[in-house]
Amino acid sequence: MNLTLKIWRQKNAKDKGQMVDYKIGGIEPDMSFLEMLDVLNNELVEKGDDPVAFDHDCREGICGMCSLFINGEAHGPDRGITTCQLHMRKFKDGDTIYIEPFRAKAFPVIKDLVVDRSSFDRIQHAGGFISVNTSGNTQDANNIPIKKHDADRAFDAATCIGCGACVASCKNSSAMLFVSAKVSQFALLPQGRVEATERVLNMVEAMDQEGFGNCTNTGACEVECPKGISLENIARMNREYLAASIK
Amino acid sequence: MAKSALLKSSLGKKYWMALTGLFLCLFLVGHLAGNLQLIFGTDLQFNQYAYFMTSNPAVKILSYLTYFSILFHAVDGIMLTIQNKKARPVGYVKNNAAANSTWQSRNMAVLGTLLLVFIATHMVNFWAKMHFSEMPLQQQTVSQPIPMTNEKIDVVVYNTTTGSFIAQQQVEGGEFEVRNNKEFYIKGSDIKFAEGYKDLYKITVDFFKDPSYGLVFTLFYVFSMAVLAFHLLHGFASAFQSLGANNPKYNGLIKGLGKLFAIIVPLLFAIIPIYIHFIK
Repeated sequence: MNLTLKIWRQKNAKDKGQMVDYKIGGIEPDMSFLEMLDVLNNELVEKGDDPVAFDHDCREGICGMCSLFINGEAHGPDRGITTCQLHMRKFKDGDTIYIEPFRAKAFPVIKDLVVDRSSFDRIQHAGGFISVNTSGNTQDANNIPIKKHDADRAFDAATCIGCGACVASCKNSSAMLFVSAKVSQFALLPQGRVEATERVLNMVEAMDQEGFGNCTNTGACEVECPKGISLENIARMNREYLAASIK
Repeated sequence: MAKSALLKSSLGKKYWMALTGLFLCLFLVGHLAGNLQLIFGTDLQFNQYAYFMTSNPAVKILSYLTYFSILFHAVDGIMLTIQNKKARPVGYVKNNAAANSTWQSRNMAVLGTLLLVFIATHMVNFWAKMHFSEMPLQQQTVSQPIPMTNEKIDVVVYNTTTGSFIAQQQVEGGEFEVRNNKEFYIKGSDIKFAEGYKDLYKITVDFFKDPSYGLVFTLFYVFSMAVLAFHLLHGFASAFQSLGANNPKYNGLIKGLGKLFAIIVPLLFAIIPIYIHFIK
């Protein structure tokens, strides 16, 4: 496959940045999108140019590191996948592909396509945990009966890998799908209920402080989420916050 | 522990958008039921309804709640939009938003602004006239038998809120005088005899049938109702989600109801100016 790539190049956080065109050939349909970028970077390095910086780690769809806004969609045109799981067979020979970083004030660009998503970490620190003693005398989890329905919902929420596709896709750069997944995974389980009130208040406050936008229920996040996190979680967070507010 | 911020937090703003929005949906139903009398009722019925809407104390409370809701919904919406724009200082070169969201969900602020312009225009057209300007009073022609004969004569009378009539001649002849645009006083005294109905019906029909601007406003009103339809198409179901009402069991029902509401209510509203301009 021969492709034209339009890639966002930005030297550092302070640089203004711009789209740069690259022609690339010899791309196999079975390559992953990141492998295609590896090929491009090899060529750039051989030419003595600065390779394109992009985030990646596990390359099997579970770490949430790879980002990229490809042809106007987070993680590209496919559904339920991360960029490392996107394959070049989704594109046609001769295609022009736009590759941009995730855009949000709370996700500042570090270099080229790499953005700083530590705002998500700070939201997690505000309450995305349970305070239990883990020094060897932990109770067996199965001692506490939990409804299958709730356990499944909690697990579904816990599959969030914190990649930030929800923020990148949202026209408001809202982080509500991410935060609501973290709130929900604990709110649905008895171990999480103990700190539920503080958790939702603290995490929402942290989210607002990071400068994410407000949810207007467009549903773009749910569609683009590689893990299929449901809008139900945002509704649950709304209920949790309301209940915590009037307590 | 963080304090709850029911006014300031991102979630708090959502609740208020949803609550005021749903209240305005209720207002639309009431307003529509009243306005449909322009098609299905008589002029007297419509004017009596208009009188009720401007004089009943319970309605007054509801109307203030409506003004408040419109203002709050608009101001909150503008503030949210500004914050949301700030949350992405550098935009995308290519954004395929149509792949993951509906057009109306992405354009609620534009639709809302157009609706605000419409509401302001609509209030200048009718609400302000009803409240502040001189209006014709509801009249009716009744056949009056002439005493001692078999003949009848047509008499033009004013309808009053007490149900009694005051003949136009009695006002022209100096028996009564009209004060405050609607009250009949016995001439030269402070004795209020009755209150007439402001003829909002005539004002409305004349407005949409006006040879110079009637068609323009008919089109503007119909266009605005299309805008309302799109605003509701996202807004109705969205309000439920904002208030936390999301259950797979009922989501289909809420979305379906929202679609029905978003189509039927604006359509019925839009029929009124069309009916008056082209058919009446």
